Amino acid sequence: MAMESQPSMWVDVFMQQLTTGLSNGMIIALIAIGYTMVYGIIELINFAHGDLCTLGSFLALTLVGLLGMDAWTGLPGVGGVVLLLVSCALFCASLNWVIDRVFYRPLRQAPKLTLLVSAIGCSFILVNVALFWGGIPMEVFGGGVAAAAPKDFPALVSDENLLGATAKMSFTMSDLLVVCVTLPLMVALTMLIRFTRLGKAMRAVAQNPTAASLMGIDVDRVIGATFLIGGAIGGFASVIYALYNNTISFQMGYRTGMDAFTAAVLGGIGSMPGAVVGGLLIGVARALSDGYIEARWTNSVVFGILILTLVFRPSGLLGAKLRDKV
Amino acid sequence: MNKRFLAPIASLLLASFAMAEGGTLKIISSLPRTGSSNAQTTTMVNGIKMAIDEVGGQIDGFTLEYEDMDDASPQRGNWDASIEAQNANKAVRDEQVIGYIGTYNSGAAKISMPILNKAGLVMISPGNTAAGLTKPGLGEANEPRIYRPTGKVTYFRVVPADDLQGRVAADWSKELGCKSVYLLDDRELYGKGIADVFEKRSKEIGITILGREGVDSKASNYKALANKIKAANPDLVYYGGTTQTNAGQIAKDLRSVGVEAKFMVPDGCFENAFIEAAGPSNLNGKTYVTFGGLPANQLTGRGAEFCKAYVSKYGTEPEAYALYGYEAARVLLDAIKRAKTKDRPGILAAVAATKDFDGALGRWSFDENGDTTAKILSGQTVENGEFKFAKVLGQ
Repeated sequence: MAMESQPSMWVDVFMQQLTTGLSNGMIIALIAIGYTMVYGIIELINFAHGDLCTLGSFLALTLVGLLGMDAWTGLPGVGGVVLLLVSCALFCASLNWVIDRVFYRPLRQAPKLTLLVSAIGCSFILVNVALFWGGIPMEVFGGGVAAAAPKDFPALVSDENLLGATAKMSFTMSDLLVVCVTLPLMVALTMLIRFTRLGKAMRAVAQNPTAASLMGIDVDRVIGATFLIGGAIGGFASVIYALYNNTISFQMGYRTGMDAFTAAVLGGIGSMPGAVVGGLLIGVARALSDGYIEARWTNSVVFGILILTLVFRPSGLLGAKLRDKV
Repeated sequence: MNKRFLAPIASLLLASFAMAEGGTLKIISSLPRTGSSNAQTTTMVNGIKMAIDEVGGQIDGFTLEYEDMDDASPQRGNWDASIEAQNANKAVRDEQVIGYIGTYNSGAAKISMPILNKAGLVMISPGNTAAGLTKPGLGEANEPRIYRPTGKVTYFRVVPADDLQGRVAADWSKELGCKSVYLLDDRELYGKGIADVFEKRSKEIGITILGREGVDSKASNYKALANKIKAANPDLVYYGGTTQTNAGQIAKDLRSVGVEAKFMVPDGCFENAFIEAAGPSNLNGKTYVTFGGLPANQLTGRGAEFCKAYVSKYGTEPEAYALYGYEAARVLLDAIKRAKTKDRPGILAAVAATKDFDGALGRWSFDENGDTTAKILSGQTVENGEFKFAKVLGQ
């Protein structure tokens, strides 16, 4: 192949794969944050989180259809993307809060396994809501004829190369979008947890809910806030996912959730920087494996990395000491 | 008992005997009804119903009953091995069932073929194209023997197999001026099988193979793979896969990273759901789809009549495989008519003996492997978000 004979081209392709991997990894990381935040505070693997993001994407596509957004260009186009981000974040945040209020809060004192089963059930409900949603007779859903079919998400963000049409490497608007949304969000989230009262309360509840409530912290309110924030980030992720991949389907939550959950475990579940590192690592590992090993081995490579990490560092890359629950 | 009551009871009994004299013959179809193949399989089921309606729902005093089974699960959005096995077992246990129309996916056929074979229940597929299901020497070493535990042929299909389709696809790509190809497949029986045939034929006719990969059909995108393909710079990317194994996303990602190559896919993508999933702008002008038959608007004779009747009855154009659903049901009904005994062995023998059947696809017979002798294939392109017939292949 030509790749071996031209070293400069080899570098270009490698950098390209790295870019793709990082973009994919950032999306995974955003979703992983939702898993890790909830686990950190109530030790629940919230299986419904991936499917929550699916609903966010469906809302985004519905808005695109209702407002005819695929025709918007220039400044209105940018405004449209911002509108999508904000509305999906609000939607996912409130939905996540409602899920906690209805499904998880009554089970606070129940065994952790009960909570886990409740999360799985909740995930099924959300998947079926998405299936139903896809059957709405709107043009963006293909007239709603085949509810279960994957839906094309219009390319609101161009795939034009920002480095120039003739450049060997390509860095597109959608790559830029991923970076521009993900990085500020992560910084903001870290600040929130480090420096605000709410953040302090969240850390306190994570360490010891009983002690926290004795100190006058309203534990249920703090947990509710965690679900709100985790949901909002999931909402941002759902829009980015849709704009980057341009396809959504009612089942996508299973796969993205699986990737994100793996990322959270790899980085050390409960640890925020861990989720980010885990997400990026999985994104890059996937891209490099697709590019240099063979696509059919990619899943084996990713889970191989996970197993090796857990053998040598059972609490994940940046995880705190291992807890023994679920 | 009072005599006054005896007479009406006796006549009632007699009447019910007269009705039961024919009895009920049940036909089952097992197709993926959940997931994105739903649009396709709905038109296939309509085709089957039309064939049954044509004979008035009964043959020689026997009432025909039809059940439309689903072999897909919502979890997969695609055919599911455990459900296909359930369907086959249910059909076998129900003694009234005398014919099994299915499956759509070759991988699913692999599951139900041995189950139905042991019961001697005839199976007619309107959609399977994997060559190894019937033809010795084209699939794995133990194919098709493992699907026929009794040694008898009980499986038939009305579509030409992939040993033809993969071959004409490679020939067609050469005609289109492609000198190099990058092959992808979905690692399923059908997709991998047809890509294998394509690869073999490409080597014979001098097309360079730049790479061959099995992809993860559930991945959220294929940009990294597309980057790699872009660096290899092929004239054509061939994907052995279906709409349900993410052909749409692959097309999308090839374009989004700027792969200029032509994109060719087999008949598993010959449905509107593929164009919908990929987005028309990613397919227009660069996409080539092969199909083991003729599209609805190219049919003549009985096939054209079917399409006309279909449109007037259901108000929409049938998808590509509707005609094969119709044809599979018709050949089964024809065999029931000819069968000496209206039971499983009798009907099986009659299906196997089908010769010069006056079908919607012209006159054809079943050969000794259970394959159709009809060998017309076609190629289409995608223009303005619609399939457009390009040419007849394989003649």
